[in-house]
Amino acid sequence: MSAQLVDVDHQAGVVTDELAEELRRRLTPDRIITDETRLRTFECDAITGYRVVPALVAFPETTEEVAAVVGVCAREHIPYVARGAGTGLSGGALPVAEGIVISLARMRKVLPPDVDNQRMTVEPGVTNADISKAVAAHDLYFAPDPSSQIVCTIGGNIAENSGGAHCLKYGFTTNHVYAMTLVLPDASVVTVGGDGIEQCGPDLRGAVIGSEGTLAIATSITVRLLRKPEDVQTMVADFPSAAQAGEAVSGIIAAGIVPAAVEMLDELAIEACEAAVHAGYSLDTAAALVVEIDGPAAQCEEDFDRVQEICQEAGSTHVRVAADAGERMLIWKGRKAAFAAMGRISPDYFVQDGVIPRTKLGEVLARMEEMASEAGLRVANVFHAGDGNLHPLVLYNAATEGESERGEELSTAIAELCVEMGGSITGEHGVGTDKACSMPKMFSEDDLEVMKRLRAAFDPTGISNPGKIFPTPRLCGEKPGPYREHPLEASGQIERM
Amino acid sequence: MPQETARRSEDTGRGDTDGGDDSGAMTAGMQAEQGPVAGVFDLLHPPSGELIDDCVHCGFCLPTCPTYLLEGIETNSPRGRIYLMKAGKAGEVEMDEEFVGNFDACLGCMACVTACPSGVKYDQLIEAVRPQIERNWERTRADKLFRTMIFSLFPYPSRLRAAAFFGTLYQRLGLHRLLDATGLLERLPARLRAMEALLPDLSMRSVVARQPAFTPAVGPSRRRVGILSGCVQRVFFGDVNAAATRVLAAEGCDVVAPRSQQCCGALSSHAGREPEAIARARNLIDAFESVEVDTVVVTVAGCGSSMKEYGVLLRDDPDYADRAADFSAKVRDISELLDELGSVAPRHPVPGRVAYHDACHLGHAQGITAQPRAVLATIPELRVLDIPEAEICCGSAGIYNLVQPEPAERLGRRKVEHIEETRPDAVVTSNAGCLLQIRRYLDAGVPLFHPVQLLDASIRGTDLSLISADQNPSSTT
Repeated sequence: MSAQLVDVDHQAGVVTDELAEELRRRLTPDRIITDETRLRTFECDAITGYRVVPALVAFPETTEEVAAVVGVCAREHIPYVARGAGTGLSGGALPVAEGIVISLARMRKVLPPDVDNQRMTVEPGVTNADISKAVAAHDLYFAPDPSSQIVCTIGGNIAENSGGAHCLKYGFTTNHVYAMTLVLPDASVVTVGGDGIEQCGPDLRGAVIGSEGTLAIATSITVRLLRKPEDVQTMVADFPSAAQAGEAVSGIIAAGIVPAAVEMLDELAIEACEAAVHAGYSLDTAAALVVEIDGPAAQCEEDFDRVQEICQEAGSTHVRVAADAGERMLIWKGRKAAFAAMGRISPDYFVQDGVIPRTKLGEVLARMEEMASEAGLRVANVFHAGDGNLHPLVLYNAATEGESERGEELSTAIAELCVEMGGSITGEHGVGTDKACSMPKMFSEDDLEVMKRLRAAFDPTGISNPGKIFPTPRLCGEKPGPYREHPLEASGQIERM
Repeated sequence: MPQETARRSEDTGRGDTDGGDDSGAMTAGMQAEQGPVAGVFDLLHPPSGELIDDCVHCGFCLPTCPTYLLEGIETNSPRGRIYLMKAGKAGEVEMDEEFVGNFDACLGCMACVTACPSGVKYDQLIEAVRPQIERNWERTRADKLFRTMIFSLFPYPSRLRAAAFFGTLYQRLGLHRLLDATGLLERLPARLRAMEALLPDLSMRSVVARQPAFTPAVGPSRRRVGILSGCVQRVFFGDVNAAATRVLAAEGCDVVAPRSQQCCGALSSHAGREPEAIARARNLIDAFESVEVDTVVVTVAGCGSSMKEYGVLLRDDPDYADRAADFSAKVRDISELLDELGSVAPRHPVPGRVAYHDACHLGHAQGITAQPRAVLATIPELRVLDIPEAEICCGSAGIYNLVQPEPAERLGRRKVEHIEETRPDAVVTSNAGCLLQIRRYLDAGVPLFHPVQLLDASIRGTDLSLISADQNPSSTT
């Protein structure tokens, strides 16, 4: 059995049979899992390269039950990790060995919306898409739209401060959450935020959103709902090169247009999406841009015409305009299936989440191509081109000797290339386990120290999702950098898959 | 460990006929190669590693999985099950109660196959796992007994008719005494009650005489088709078979119903009782080969999806492999065939609002969602309504509502709530199991039909009276 890869206090308690029994009494017996077979299915999130089997999984249904489980963890000093739908792409929900996973998948209540004030309170296990579905009849929706929105939960969105294709114009989760009920690592229950985004005093709400489950577990969330735009126009423009598509993106932004979304897909990504969804993307093009404009009808039309001109000026070979809502949905379905569809072209993949200045796009893509061919691996590219958020997918086959290592190395090198180019290792997927070792590339020791102090203010004993975000000597070796075998791995004491 | 002793050894378990009285032993070609097992699986078609590797663990299947919807427990999701197949194959987990329970809980609705962006063939994976469990896992006596009873009853029209006709099974088959004697009564009543509640009151239905062996096309013949009479279908939905025959004839088909045909084995196949399913598949192929038809038409989604997989089921049988593949290629759901043929028979109006329920084994397993709607759209004044959350199973799922009555009931009620949101005059669906399941929970005032019954009424101009005089007269608009 694999041991923990993360630094946990050596005083950490263990999940004994008595403790499991206590939790069975506090919840119900069927909502506590301790058998080895079922525990296996919780050992990773959507990044299967990192796997750790927990000691117990609990399925609370109320804030009180979450607090009860956290209370036991606090008392016994047992590390815990909150989990939503397990769709995270940075190993943020990776369990801690001997620790507890608190699954929020059964907390799926949606309270009636406050339509006039465009607000609604939901539980953390509600999926992102179900929030919009619940208020669709009132012409409202929840703006953050990660590609996994039909699956991923609002609790996870809060942990990762999720964005999505439309965050270029509408912002991230933090811009759309008014208030939260939190269970803190000492099991106390508090409420942060209020009726609006702006509050007096330090923005504790803002501190928690994006903290990747290291500060608190949100058990009730009041979200901001937006009125659906009057008009939406969507197009797919094909380009003979990614660089030309990049020029078009810069041209659109320079023209003062704020599109709802600008997405780019390369040939390999298009191949996978088309195999999965048949959304009608051209298969013989090097790159495609999906541009969406929304807003008042007149403005929308004017901007849309201008965007088409800009694309043509940049050398677009073909422009397809969605004729109706059905076609628009199909285009998006194709784009949003991109990661999930990778199984069509590769058994395993690492996905990166780097951010670069838009102007460096061509250069970064060229470097990535070189790096990929050096590593002998393929890299598919899907990204939020409007805000320079890249999602290179490093394709590998875990069954082939050495490929996982090469894949992980390349993936990390790409993230760090983004930092070199003046960008960031993560745009929206979080640091999690995957990028913790790259943090010192972006932040100085002082920066990291300040972050740790904030964390310690919420979680002084380090039991809430330990081992994520911050590099640890045990995880990263002596100096951060590409993956290399750890002495403990070499000695067979831990395993990293 | 108790699990160890409960398991059969690989060599004795393999090829066991599971007590089905007409199930054939596997042919020589079916024998697994000897050697080490594939983890918890034996070597007779364990779940394919390649298919397992197609899963990238993205989780897009979760929201369409009925058991995940009910429980929110990852293990009980396609992603979790595939993960366990992989761990099982690698020998990292045992074939224990949790392992088996997790696969038993799967309805086999295949909604995940539709939802999966990576094209994971979960249908093939779960269908590989089920026979493995039947061969290599020793079920409890009560479970075995109950399953044996189901498979000694449902596939046999005469027994089923007798059982249903002479009153409730529970009392009349003497099961009460039998179970009492084995001391298992306490565990079983939920299942038996489920079975009792599921069976429609036969006395209310006309006990339809046998389908005619041959019904000529009205006008010039466009196609010679064979029709599956089915087992449960024949007993409880004889009127659907009769309507199908009339509609096919009216649309220019010579319709042959071979006398020698029996159960297609779908129930056995979906429950992992492979030897039984194989024997039934061979019999059915023989029956239809004897009458030489261009197409084999099916009115039950579950049967159709199974018959389209005969090629896979009999792949190791040198005498049948090719014939099975040919047979499967000829199988069509009736809506699929009617849509393909195009209508020639004139229609009369059938005014009303009908909610169309996509049977999982039609929509997800066969990818047939447009054709039944297209066929119903040929009926004047009939408005076809889509049901919210259409992709989620109604809980029927073969024998699922008998062996897993509690989740099945929750799914059934959930489905009916969604159906009722559409305020239909009637509900239409293409599968016997769904018809029985939905019937249980639906307001008795709302009739249920197979689409072909509405077509039949439209072609013949019979009054189905979907809209009763005192009921919502404005709903025709």
